[in-house]
Amino acid sequence: MSRPIIICDGISKSYRLGVKQQSPQLGLAFTLRGSISETFYSALRALKGEHRNGDQRNSLFWALRGVSFEVESGEVVGLIGHNGAGKSTLLKILSRIVEPTEGIARLRGRVASLLEVGTGFHPELTGRENIYLNGAMLGMRKAEIDRKLDEIVAFSEIENFLDTPVKRYSSGMYVRLAFAVAAHLEPEILIVDEVLAVGDYAFQKKCMGKMRDVASGAGRTILFVSHNLGALAQLCKNGVLLENGIVKTIGPIDDVIKTYLNSGLKQGTGQVEFPTEPAKPCQFLSAEIVHSDGSHGSEFSCDEPVTIRFTLEAREKTAGTFLTFYIQNLEGARILFSDIRDTDPSAVSQIGVGLHAFEVTVPPRLLAPTTYLLTLICRIHFRGVIDEKHACCEFTLRDLLNPHANRQGVLGALLPWNHHVIRQGDLERAEAP
Amino acid sequence: MIELNQRNAVNPTRADMIETSETHVSPTPVFTTDQVQMRTNAAVPADHDTDGTEVIIRPRSGWIAIDWKEMLVHRELLAFLIWRDISIRYKQTILGSAWAILQPLLLMLIFTFVFRRFVGGNIRDIHVPYPVFVFAGLIPWTLFSQGYAQAALSLSNQQHLLTKVYFPRLFIPVAAASVFLVDLGYSLGIYAFVLLYYRVMPSWTIVFLPLLIVLTLIATLSLGVMLAALTVFYRDVRHIVPFLTQILMFLTPVIYPVSALPAKYHQLLALNPMFGIVVAYRAAIFGDDWHWSIIAISTTSAIASFLFAIFYFRRTERQFADFV
Repeated sequence: MSRPIIICDGISKSYRLGVKQQSPQLGLAFTLRGSISETFYSALRALKGEHRNGDQRNSLFWALRGVSFEVESGEVVGLIGHNGAGKSTLLKILSRIVEPTEGIARLRGRVASLLEVGTGFHPELTGRENIYLNGAMLGMRKAEIDRKLDEIVAFSEIENFLDTPVKRYSSGMYVRLAFAVAAHLEPEILIVDEVLAVGDYAFQKKCMGKMRDVASGAGRTILFVSHNLGALAQLCKNGVLLENGIVKTIGPIDDVIKTYLNSGLKQGTGQVEFPTEPAKPCQFLSAEIVHSDGSHGSEFSCDEPVTIRFTLEAREKTAGTFLTFYIQNLEGARILFSDIRDTDPSAVSQIGVGLHAFEVTVPPRLLAPTTYLLTLICRIHFRGVIDEKHACCEFTLRDLLNPHANRQGVLGALLPWNHHVIRQGDLERAEAP
Repeated sequence: MIELNQRNAVNPTRADMIETSETHVSPTPVFTTDQVQMRTNAAVPADHDTDGTEVIIRPRSGWIAIDWKEMLVHRELLAFLIWRDISIRYKQTILGSAWAILQPLLLMLIFTFVFRRFVGGNIRDIHVPYPVFVFAGLIPWTLFSQGYAQAALSLSNQQHLLTKVYFPRLFIPVAAASVFLVDLGYSLGIYAFVLLYYRVMPSWTIVFLPLLIVLTLIATLSLGVMLAALTVFYRDVRHIVPFLTQILMFLTPVIYPVSALPAKYHQLLALNPMFGIVVAYRAAIFGDDWHWSIIAISTTSAIASFLFAIFYFRRTERQFADFV
């Protein structure tokens, strides 16, 4: 029974917030301006009776607190968490870039960290020179790079541009080259931080393929951070979920992903109220997204209708008030646009002075399973846009029949396929005499 | 990261891989490294995934020993960094590396025409033509003044290296300063021509020049590494650099001979490492006075401040990524 290759025991990292000139605990009296004024002010505070300890405790921010887990040799572990959960901080600690405030981590093997693509690339140097520089920084020996140079160049597909300065590369080429070098690392422990989030679709597919090879072959241990849940589900066996610096769950990757998705419920804004702006002739007062039974939520199944409800306060009589809303995805593409006049052209004149409530239902299996943002717009005839609530609500559709499917595309319709056999059997056999 | 390049699969009990504690740098108990420990796995059944090395990451405090082994393992990276800095210096320039030759030449000409008069009566103490005299001092001075300035700025200029990848941080200022050794090489070439022109025969002690160059590098790094660590925490340090260069230039006998200063101050001024180094260069190249006490004080000062600088750097380097 071998010992785990990575052991984290109570790793914690704190940062001091809000101190104007963060003087480090150097212990040496270097009297530069900041230190001088800092000393002066703390003397002043002491005289006033304000004690330093109280201040310090309040302004301490724990990016990580008591993180403990173990990784066996050859395991691929996914590190998941919302933004700000502490994933990058943990990776930086394990990469020895940052020192923990408390706790111990033990790493039994050579570590290579991919926290950024193209670390150390210098724009004036050529592609070839940057391969050597970047490779050396990531821990490869020159002999190793010599050996792998052809593979790296082939993977990056920039053979013709190898000897031009990197500043002339397009961003796609740059990223391909950077990843090509990183992909050929051969450490015992590989730490990867969201670097697959760059590049176009073809490139991402290639990177995923390479990661899969690296993960499955050679028994390498990988610690992988990504927001791409599909990638995590495919590559990783186990997962660690971090939330606000604390380990929330450790276990098989599917369970961890499920916990992560469910925790998103509290953070999504499925219901919102807007402050009153009496100057506006009309104004949205609230917006919410509900299930068919009226309960609030921001997680919906692809197979249930999603109802959008909002209220409008109209304060003046107008020539015509138009209400529209659109739903956009996280990339900003506007997926669905809806106008109050769509099914009833006379709806315009029906909005008199007073408080109104509206309800629109998006049918099931129309939109693809992803996260959407709602924007409400109110326009008045001849006066333009009066009130706009941009991205005021968020809701997410999930394909519960097949939760790990990475269904591409903007629409979620399930279409029937028609299959008709043209010929049965082998072509050669049919022609044989 | 320590690599032993040895697999324990076949030979689980290796007598030579004994457990070593970290005091391989200094016997003084003040220094502790508890970051890296090497263990044997003789007690644990060997499996091919462990080669007996383990990196332990934990909070450290106080003075930390220098990890020479780690730097040795990463030595190729140091070479790459130096090569990178040299390459980019002259890319896309008109003059190219001719600039490395022009700089000391121009300085020598300017100093000859401008400062020679100010040396005044002490010119009697200079037994060679003034250009020969001043150039000899310029050779180490150029390395020092440019080297320490670049080293001081290197860390804050390359912040992304501090926050995105790990390698021994000392490499960054060392590489930045070492680039100017190339310039020094060019200067020596030109100086040969200058000596030829003025028909000055170099003394046999010129063979000590390599030693003096190493000493100059040590002095350069002592100030450069120290300031580099400080610029991470205190932003105003980078503004001190040009100012400091000017002051040090006047405190170093580049333009004037040692005799121009009152003798009672010689020993005090020799605390400036470059003071004695410049004196030594001149003595070694064309047989000027050796001024042994001055050279001894400067050498000690150079080595002592170098050691202090690298230990200070090591002590503070763990906080770089948090502050930069």
